[in-house]
Amino acid sequence: MDDTRKRSYLRPLDWRQGRVDMTHGSGGRASAQLVEELFLRAFDNDWLRSLNDQACFLVSSGRMVAATDSHVVSPLFFPGGDIGCLSVHGTINDVAMAGAKPLYLTAGFILEEGFPLSDLRRIVDSMAAAAREADVAVIAGDTKVVEQGKGDGVFITTTGIGVVPEGVHISGDRARPGDRILLSGTIGDHGVAIMSLREDLRFGTTVASDTAALHGLVATMVEMVPDIHCLRDPTRGGLATTLNEIAQQSGVGMRIREAPIPVLSQVKAACEFLGLDPLYVANEGKLVAICPPEVAERLLAVMRAHPLGADAAIIGEVVDDNHHFVEMETAFGGWRMVDWLTGEQLPRIC
Amino acid sequence: MKYVDEFRDGTLACGLARAIAAEVRPSRDYHLMEFCGGHTHAVSRYGIQDLLPPNVRLIHGPGCPVCVLPIGRIDSAIALAQEHDVILCTYGDVLRVPASERRSLLQAKAAGADVRMVYSSLDALRIAQETPDREVVFFAIGFETTTPPTAAAVRQAKALGLKNFTAFCNHVLTPAAIRGILDSTAPEGTGRAKGARLDGIIGPSHVSTVIGSRPYEFVAEQYQRPVVIAGFEPLDVMQSILMLIRQINAGRAEVENEFTRAVNRDGNHKAQTLVAEVFDLRPAFEWRGLGVIPYSALCINAAYGDFDTERRFPIPYRAVADHKGCECGAILRGVKKPQDCRLFGTACIPENPVGSCMVSSEGACAAHYTYGRYRDYRDAGPTRKAVND
Repeated sequence: MDDTRKRSYLRPLDWRQGRVDMTHGSGGRASAQLVEELFLRAFDNDWLRSLNDQACFLVSSGRMVAATDSHVVSPLFFPGGDIGCLSVHGTINDVAMAGAKPLYLTAGFILEEGFPLSDLRRIVDSMAAAAREADVAVIAGDTKVVEQGKGDGVFITTTGIGVVPEGVHISGDRARPGDRILLSGTIGDHGVAIMSLREDLRFGTTVASDTAALHGLVATMVEMVPDIHCLRDPTRGGLATTLNEIAQQSGVGMRIREAPIPVLSQVKAACEFLGLDPLYVANEGKLVAICPPEVAERLLAVMRAHPLGADAAIIGEVVDDNHHFVEMETAFGGWRMVDWLTGEQLPRIC
Repeated sequence: MKYVDEFRDGTLACGLARAIAAEVRPSRDYHLMEFCGGHTHAVSRYGIQDLLPPNVRLIHGPGCPVCVLPIGRIDSAIALAQEHDVILCTYGDVLRVPASERRSLLQAKAAGADVRMVYSSLDALRIAQETPDREVVFFAIGFETTTPPTAAAVRQAKALGLKNFTAFCNHVLTPAAIRGILDSTAPEGTGRAKGARLDGIIGPSHVSTVIGSRPYEFVAEQYQRPVVIAGFEPLDVMQSILMLIRQINAGRAEVENEFTRAVNRDGNHKAQTLVAEVFDLRPAFEWRGLGVIPYSALCINAAYGDFDTERRFPIPYRAVADHKGCECGAILRGVKKPQDCRLFGTACIPENPVGSCMVSSEGACAAHYTYGRYRDYRDAGPTRKAVND
């Protein structure tokens, strides 16, 4: 850091007592100080150090993907993670669901006046750690401050850029009748972890959010089984929503079985007393894969060999259906539809 | 999960399905009404119909609290929130119930009214304590299950000396509704609304934990129909169907209790005492779909009159007819099935309900739309005839 410039500040940021104030978003000296002492320190890389308004990078050959995701989760800190790592994982996963390797992230912060700087640092450090672990650089960013009462602490929007390996064509419209549907692990963990902290619900549970970056799992999957038709992470709206989206996009129906869908017993219990269906509860570290039947067993083995896919299961198959219904054989032995989510199960979970 | 999975066991379900198939006489139909929305939900969610012979028909009853709430009462609640500037607290499903002119509490909330969703009557009480300068109204709805919590909140409000808390009481009584349904099954020509043919009733689960099984004995004695009180788990429902079919085959009409792990003949004395302390019977109350039923609902009594919204605020009641095409009334009486309504799945869907049965997941229309409508396209065979043909 440049010593002459640092001396010109009135005093360093107070990480213990300090709070975000309007000047931190003014574009003036206080903004610059926040960028330097917080964001630069945490995300440190050449792009940010250049202090330009944009980041320049070389474009690799092949198809690039971009994805953007805003994060407004409440509470900001929850068992298993916080809004910081969630904002990195969420966007990395969106990029990865094209079969892509994520390369870069950008981050936009909307901070509420009065937000403790110590909490902000915790969040930014968590983001930086998640990005480092994922080997993805945060190369550009922006910070705005809104008056007290006009935000809820911190909102973070991240955008991810990635590149798709040669020979991989993954898209939500490629599910074909006969394809198998695979799920990477237990469902509902993230949603239940968040709900357990909500003021009006507040219940004791040991469930932690499953928030995780899935691109490592995806990389081994596309390497070993390049002919994957669809990948999607069932976040808001849960597994049910993801299956309906793909059925609609591909113009097919689906028949799944309830029995092999893994659900933690604590998640089942929480859903039971909250009147929720785990099929609709959010995940942040799971994926659904759809592939031709002949490679399904091989893909399952590859997923199970990865720590983030240890509980993977084949849960059903794609069928021909003009109505694009997702039907499920219940563990009880009957059949029912798994419809789109109606209304909102619980707001602001990611 | 302990004490839950045991009641959802697929192997046991298979065994019960075989027992029911063996018991059923192919020469006749069995028209069984599950009174409660909780049962309707279980039937749809677990696909119970698939485990039953085609001549066992389940008819969805009116036991869904938001389904039977008349439009006029929602209009009153909206007026309270908008014109009297109260904090209106209520259970989640109520927010989406369509009122007149396609309004709802959810819309009133979006337009600025202070409408809050609570999980318990005591949450509303807490809000009243936290905001002493605002009037807080708890929009109380439900059958006998949710009545004791309302009574508890009212009693506590009195004990705390709260001046800004009242309850807008819409609590209704199950036995009165069952009588209403059975009366509507009277033969044509008696001047009553045409009702469904009912051979037996799957009796309420949670309601019965409060009131016991005794209040249903009139069904067996006066109407000669069997009742089996059943838990809300799918195996409970299967077992109760088997018990009903056995009674019907034997020509018996008795009140039997499948839900012995929670229900006895006399119910929860403490809850009943609490309810009696706070509430009086209303001489008449309008039910959506069933019309006005005498002595079928409760109101707050004089001793707790200070906590009665209807005494504190002038809220004139105006009965409002359902949308012309809406068949909720006939569906709540068991005369029609959701798919018989021309609005079902077109103008009326869960995101945009016209009738109340499309609102709550316990409503017959919402349950069929969410879990069962694919069947309408699959098996259009002879077993898909209307219930009452």
